Amino acid sequence: MTMFNHQSTDLLFEMSHSGRRCHLLPACDVPIGDASTLLPKEALADAPPPLPEVAEIDLIRHFVNLSKRNMSIDTNFYPLGSCTMKYNPKRHERLAALGGMANLHPLQSDASAQGMLRMLFEMQQFLAEISGLPAMSLQPSAGAQGELTALLVAAAYFRDKGQKRTRVLIPDSAHGTNPASAAIAGFDTVSIKSGSNGLVDLADLKSKLDDKTAVFMITNPNTLGLFESQIHEIAKAVHDVGGLVYLDGANMNAILGITRPGDFGADMMHYNVHKTFTGPHGAGGPGSGPIGVRDYLAPYLPAPVVVRKDGEYRLDYDRPKAIGRVRSFFGNVGILLRGYAYIRTLGAKGLRDVTEHAVLNANYLLALLKGEYEVPHGDRCMHEFVASARGIKREKRITAMDIGKRLLDYGYHAPTVYFPLVVSEALMMEPTETESKETLDAFADALIKIKNEDANYLHDAPHTLTISRPDEIKAAKEPILRWKQQG
Amino acid sequence: MSGLVIRRLVLEKSLYLLNTPADQKAMLDKIGVGSIGELFKSIPSEFRLDRPLDIPPALTEIELQQHFAELCNRNRSADNAVCFLGGGSYDHFIPAAVDAISGRSEYYTAYTPYQAEASQGSLQAFFEYQTLICQLTDMAVSNASLYEGGSAVAESVLMAFGIHPKKHKVLVADTVHPEYRLTLTTYLANLDVQIETLTTTGGTVSPEALDKAIDDKTLCVIVQHPNFFGCLEDVEKLSAVSRAKGALFIVSVDPISLGLLKRPGQYGADIAVGEGQGLGNPMAYGGPYVGLMACREEYVRKIPGRLVGQTTDRNGKRCWVLTLQTREQHIRREKATSNICTNQGLFALRAAVYLTALGPQGLKETADLCVRKSHYLAQELAKVKGVSLPFKAPFFKEFVVNVPGDANAALSALLEEGYHGGLPMARWYPNLPNAISIAVTEKRTKAEIEGLVNAVKKVLG
Repeated sequence: MTMFNHQSTDLLFEMSHSGRRCHLLPACDVPIGDASTLLPKEALADAPPPLPEVAEIDLIRHFVNLSKRNMSIDTNFYPLGSCTMKYNPKRHERLAALGGMANLHPLQSDASAQGMLRMLFEMQQFLAEISGLPAMSLQPSAGAQGELTALLVAAAYFRDKGQKRTRVLIPDSAHGTNPASAAIAGFDTVSIKSGSNGLVDLADLKSKLDDKTAVFMITNPNTLGLFESQIHEIAKAVHDVGGLVYLDGANMNAILGITRPGDFGADMMHYNVHKTFTGPHGAGGPGSGPIGVRDYLAPYLPAPVVVRKDGEYRLDYDRPKAIGRVRSFFGNVGILLRGYAYIRTLGAKGLRDVTEHAVLNANYLLALLKGEYEVPHGDRCMHEFVASARGIKREKRITAMDIGKRLLDYGYHAPTVYFPLVVSEALMMEPTETESKETLDAFADALIKIKNEDANYLHDAPHTLTISRPDEIKAAKEPILRWKQQG
Repeated sequence: MSGLVIRRLVLEKSLYLLNTPADQKAMLDKIGVGSIGELFKSIPSEFRLDRPLDIPPALTEIELQQHFAELCNRNRSADNAVCFLGGGSYDHFIPAAVDAISGRSEYYTAYTPYQAEASQGSLQAFFEYQTLICQLTDMAVSNASLYEGGSAVAESVLMAFGIHPKKHKVLVADTVHPEYRLTLTTYLANLDVQIETLTTTGGTVSPEALDKAIDDKTLCVIVQHPNFFGCLEDVEKLSAVSRAKGALFIVSVDPISLGLLKRPGQYGADIAVGEGQGLGNPMAYGGPYVGLMACREEYVRKIPGRLVGQTTDRNGKRCWVLTLQTREQHIRREKATSNICTNQGLFALRAAVYLTALGPQGLKETADLCVRKSHYLAQELAKVKGVSLPFKAPFFKEFVVNVPGDANAALSALLEEGYHGGLPMARWYPNLPNAISIAVTEKRTKAEIEGLVNAVKKVLG
């Protein structure tokens, strides 16, 4: 701790010192007056924005010291359930930074971007092959935008068919983005219960399906890490009333090369390239959320898509039934590029190995913990599982939050806590395939030690980080969302 | 030693995996199954893929690098053709400090900062980003960023709808980026909101035309400043007309222009949005970028996206957390203010480093160079026979010229000469068949500018 430089981690605005510079501009080399002679006075501000003034070393020390206050995949095991925090290969960063990729303008001519278009075309093909759904759009910026895009596609499809379908059905264990996306797409949402086995309650689903049903959204494997083994009956029931099955692809890491959403009944899906295909999470983004759909839905996908004709690639905007677009330009190309590099690095067998080892690691961790922690939904899982601290809470007043916070002291990121909502005191763990047996052994040891520690000590955890237990109620009650000049 | 040898053999077969055959056996024994395959029993056999995926063979790092070199060779980047393209993505300079900081893997391999104690670095950086965007726009509140400029416009209208749920008419100027407008139309397709496009002549919205189109049912007015043609809108009058009718005034800005131009808060904007690509982010064929959004204080609980707030920890120490999460989808589900689940964390960080690296003076000088160089190019092009400037309105760093004949043919010919010379406006504005928009950043030199002028003469000559 003594190595921390506290002065450099004051806020930038507190470090500002009038007159310091860190970036100088060349003198103007064209023979013309300055902006005040070229633009009307009433358009100009009296002074530039009051940004901080610092030297380059101030800036660098500040952000480098701050970086040490983060846990990250490169520094710590990060078993965050549902987030697939796998290793982000360094080669991807170098490839994404190549001038021939990073310095392409989004609106330059197709003829001048053939290498880029080829890469994106092949990415469409790879994602179609992995999903078993033939038509892809790489446009959505993240999983949530992928959901919205697919639901807009569904709405356009039903409108085109002259059907008034107003409802989207969503399991109660689903990610919160599912209902939020459905609402923006103009649908009413209906919640479907999970059975005691953690799977979709088929009877409840069937009782709510009718000719108003547009889409049933399912996460498979679900957020409990279980494969919906009745998926065939589920898909059939939805299709029987004329609805579409949407797969939330957050958990694709569990099924690469093993089974395909298009084969088990999904009509539409999104990928999270930043999860499954290891785009770095960037402390909250950027992501990339491509969607795949069946052939009959392809005309409604947003434009453009990449097409190939006579060996030439081009962006196809001539799609009269397309829903429009959900963002400017092509998509989060930098993340798609990393996903492409990953798929090319692994090949078909490598992708399947990823899944096999992700599932092996999760089951091994489950086996290490199951005598010590309650795992309400059985002895087997796919790529993740959900333990519960409810028994420990009852006996010892130790909560899932306490356990998560204390893990930080042991040098591990906390699991996802309090999600999914269907498990109380949930601790959702996804180790991913890029961790070793030794790491999992040590992590399980830490979890077992923690539950035997003093409850009061745990309530105050973490004890070794720069801060502990921020007051979130105060933060929300009187929000301070920016620094302001005192006085 | 033998363990290490075995691990290497495994790695050669399956990169990024660590479990050796001996590890696997021990793990399977602990689980109580005989093979990895048994772990997949819950997947019905009829749905198991009975063939390998049709994906090309694995590449080593050397082969992958070579493959990318081949792909790059088939691209004409801004490194080997001088870039005068704009339309929402610009070839601005990126100080090395931006890459140095965003290349810290403590930032780029972290997750969303839900565990505040283990994320103070990113949380403080986002709090600083929010403050910098407030300073830049002169608005009271900024979120921790959205995806990019187009969906930021759509989100701003969803937000406006949350503020005034009984108003249903949206007025959007046709000088707003056509892809932003299409995004807006797409997002709102199934909601009870009507979009009316304000058609303009002369390259800008006339306040009188807005006054005619606006009424008491108008939810919001959206303009872009500088607009898609590069022209400055009369934002003060447009804002006043909007306010007089009780409509929210939403402006999409180019952040670089704010080194010189009046800031949204100074002319009474209710919501300011914008594309943050110019703030230290490569053009990257369209993304990832970063969407800016800031608003008035009274709308803080209606703003979409992540917000970082200051608080204290149990020892009274100042610190930062994600806050006001009750607006968000993981709590509110279908009643959330937006479905957005992320910010563009790494690109918000880059924007924060960029704005700090430039500082007030650097941003002003950057904007000044953009204005002068673009005006110099416009002035020189106007002297070329057959070239004219159709719009008389003042512009910032981008302007429209008319060329005789087919704009696309001229642009192809310019690329042959080594210039990404501009964007053909007819693609979005069929009524401007001969128009090209040209953007000039602080990076363009006198030699490059005069080179383009000479190339235009040659191509048109």
